[in-house]
Amino acid sequence: MSLTLSSAVRARVLLLAVSAPAVAFFAAFWLLPASMLIALPARQGWRTYFATLTDPLYLQSLLQTLGLSIATTLATLVIGAVMGLSLARHRFAGRGLLLSLLTLPLSFPGVIIGFFIILLGGRQGTLANLSVALGGERLTFAYGLLGLFLGYLYFSLPRAIAAYTAAAQSMDPHLEEATRSLGGNGWAVARDVWWPQLLPTTMACGAIVFATAVGAFGTAFTLSSKFEVLPITIYNEFTNYANFALAASLSITLGLITWFVLWLARRVAGPAAVGI
Amino acid sequence: MENKSVGVDIRQCAKTYADGTRGLHPTDLTIEPGEVLALLGPSGCGKTTLLRIIAGLETPDAGSRILFGTSDVTHVPIERRQVGMVFQHYALFPQMTVQANIGYGLRIRGASAHEQRRVVGELVDLVRLNGLEHKRPGELSGGQRQRVALARAVASRPRVLLLDEPLTALDAKLKEQLRDELAELLRQLRITAVHVTHDQREALAIADRMAVMQAGKILQVGHGESLYRQPAHPFVATFLGRVNQVERSADHAARNQLVLGGVTQTCPDHCAGATQLLVRPEDVEILGIDYPSSVPATIARRVFLGDHLQLTITVAGHPALLADVSRDHGAQVGDRVGLFIAPHQWMPNRVDL
Amino acid sequence: MRHHPQKMPPAMWLITAIVTLFMLTPMLLSIMAGLVENYGQGLSSGLTTRWLRDVWAGYGNTVIVSLLLAGACVAVTLLLGVPCAYALARSRSRWAHHFEELLTLPVAVPGLASALALLLAYGSVAHFRQSFAFILVGHVVFTLPFMVRMVGSALRRKELVALEEAARSLGASFPQRFLGILIPAVLPSIVAACLMVFTLSMGEFNLTWMLHTPLTRTLPVGLADSYASMRIEVGSAYTLIFLIVILPVMWALQAMGHFIEKHYGK
Repeated sequence: MSLTLSSAVRARVLLLAVSAPAVAFFAAFWLLPASMLIALPARQGWRTYFATLTDPLYLQSLLQTLGLSIATTLATLVIGAVMGLSLARHRFAGRGLLLSLLTLPLSFPGVIIGFFIILLGGRQGTLANLSVALGGERLTFAYGLLGLFLGYLYFSLPRAIAAYTAAAQSMDPHLEEATRSLGGNGWAVARDVWWPQLLPTTMACGAIVFATAVGAFGTAFTLSSKFEVLPITIYNEFTNYANFALAASLSITLGLITWFVLWLARRVAGPAAVGI
Repeated sequence: MENKSVGVDIRQCAKTYADGTRGLHPTDLTIEPGEVLALLGPSGCGKTTLLRIIAGLETPDAGSRILFGTSDVTHVPIERRQVGMVFQHYALFPQMTVQANIGYGLRIRGASAHEQRRVVGELVDLVRLNGLEHKRPGELSGGQRQRVALARAVASRPRVLLLDEPLTALDAKLKEQLRDELAELLRQLRITAVHVTHDQREALAIADRMAVMQAGKILQVGHGESLYRQPAHPFVATFLGRVNQVERSADHAARNQLVLGGVTQTCPDHCAGATQLLVRPEDVEILGIDYPSSVPATIARRVFLGDHLQLTITVAGHPALLADVSRDHGAQVGDRVGLFIAPHQWMPNRVDL
Repeated sequence: MRHHPQKMPPAMWLITAIVTLFMLTPMLLSIMAGLVENYGQGLSSGLTTRWLRDVWAGYGNTVIVSLLLAGACVAVTLLLGVPCAYALARSRSRWAHHFEELLTLPVAVPGLASALALLLAYGSVAHFRQSFAFILVGHVVFTLPFMVRMVGSALRRKELVALEEAARSLGASFPQRFLGILIPAVLPSIVAACLMVFTLSMGEFNLTWMLHTPLTRTLPVGLADSYASMRIEVGSAYTLIFLIVILPVMWALQAMGHFIEKHYGK
């Protein structure tokens, strides 16, 4: 038996050494801070952790956030599926360009999307100008719930369009032909061919869209709507009231929800489907 | 080319995986210097595990020992074990030319540019890749890539050459042609080689000796011909070539007789006691119905396989037998024929003898 | 797979058309608004570059800052992430799997939460807190998982495992095969990951808004500021500048994605 380390041990040491910088960085700048954040609400008592459930204001904010996110997710999935199927199955000139433009908003910070909603529905927006030109009142939607919803839709759709277009393209066309040959109409095809084949994409995409919507901040910030969502509440608690512990507690709730939804989707649809 | 081949001595090498499965049971094997040994068996039999242990890519369990010649290499990592390895899908460096691929091992070890050029040139001649030195693997055919992989593996004069199913990735016609080329090359190089395959024809054509493996154990080691003619284990008999299985009662087994279609035959001594006997299709002779001491039988099916005929024969009281006869044999479906099997062709189907 | 143009119900086309209009109109509007004299009068007021120049004068430094920050983020994630991806791809231990799960938490959890955590842990270290390094750290924590995942999945391909074993059998040490064989083989994925990290960093707002100070503003932070306090024309021109910067990167990213798909399959 030689004195040198066996190759198996040496290999393990190598892997540890090579990953050490990333591990150290992550431990220092996320694991440590996150554990401190999780411990913070305890300073004001154990009940602080349940602030979202006990305080009516926070509960309302949470429920509003969840409601908005669910609505956004459902609308996004339906529209995304429709568009993905339409775009995947018909090749036309400029299709590639259209797809890149439609997925461009993935790179936008939420504030830009808030701005876009103002451009469409604000006091000087398209709808306002149109409604005045048609002789009626100056109509706006940007500052209410509808504006917020449309904004959330705007940043969620690109992800769904990209996912469904890819999924629709890899669908087996023969299944549809078989269904049609057996006498199925459009609804039969949608229910028995499209729905099962697109289910993994639907679950994965739905989870990401929901989690993103729940944690979205920039869009709501720019629109400063009266419909308050939890990220805005957290921001207010921290910045305006310097209530760090409460902000921490609300953040933990928010983080738990988004992490749970994504974890669930990964288990059901498989990690590859969910991307990150 | 200078030859640094050594013998390989494997003593009690075993491999147990993290989840508890036994990839390899404690195994002993000796390979002579300059010999080509094939590890033959179905997938999951442990042949690739054993190869990777010899290479140094897997660590064997405690108590295992591997010797290259006289030096103990059990704990030497692959980088310093001086082995050459040809991978199943060749693993050629995609962004390097053929020349650069072949010379890689030399370059790593700091050989001079002159030395690299000389050795690479020699090998390009040997594997007949002249004219392709500056091409990238993506531009080569399967057969050419295989030759580059081989040249790269032997360029740094390894002590042992290891081949992991080198012909599996090729289609049938090409496989046959390259099989013979590979056999010839290995003979020319006179290098100690271990060659893993599941294809028995490949093993028979290329190797000097072969070891048939099943479920992590070596069942029999020897020259191809003796394994074929005298399999020591029923799995070896069924894996190398094909066999027909015939049952006989315990009573007949004790008396070492076989009754086939009403005709009694005495079996050779080594079949004594076995209740199941094996015989190869090519040893089943199909003769006229009146041939003395032949078994009456009927041709149920006739398949023309190009270089020979495969007949399915029904005999009263037994499942159908396969017989391989010459291409020009006149038997047709429905003919009544006489089946004859020389007694010494019978092999017993039991593990302990 | 050959695609036969298949019949689609007109309702689906209608929805597609309406939504496309919904998605593209604001982009066009904002480009137009940034280039006209007066938004209220629209194109009839004439085209001008004065808003772009105004934006550059007032917020030009944020563009440079964001570009530098994104570049630094790419560099740091490369140095930290590529070796880490290798370790995770080759390791057979369960800890590696758990760590990889942990690593993706900053992405699963809202940026706001990560920002609060950073402030809690390091807010009192004044020098660090007020520097760009603070924001860089936040960006790296958020983008590192993408680098590790994308490069890691390329390194896990079976051909690469065989390539590495081949290099080892020929005597290559770890640095030799890491730099000479592995990196070149996964270069497309590395490039794609760099582009992704760059894009994410350029567009990051949730985290950055919490971490920034008046002296450390990025482009998205400046945008938020201009939307709140400036004319629509200025906000639009600023948005246009963002689009000009981000568009080439997004297109390069998509091209890279197609290239990888073509050469290596999914």
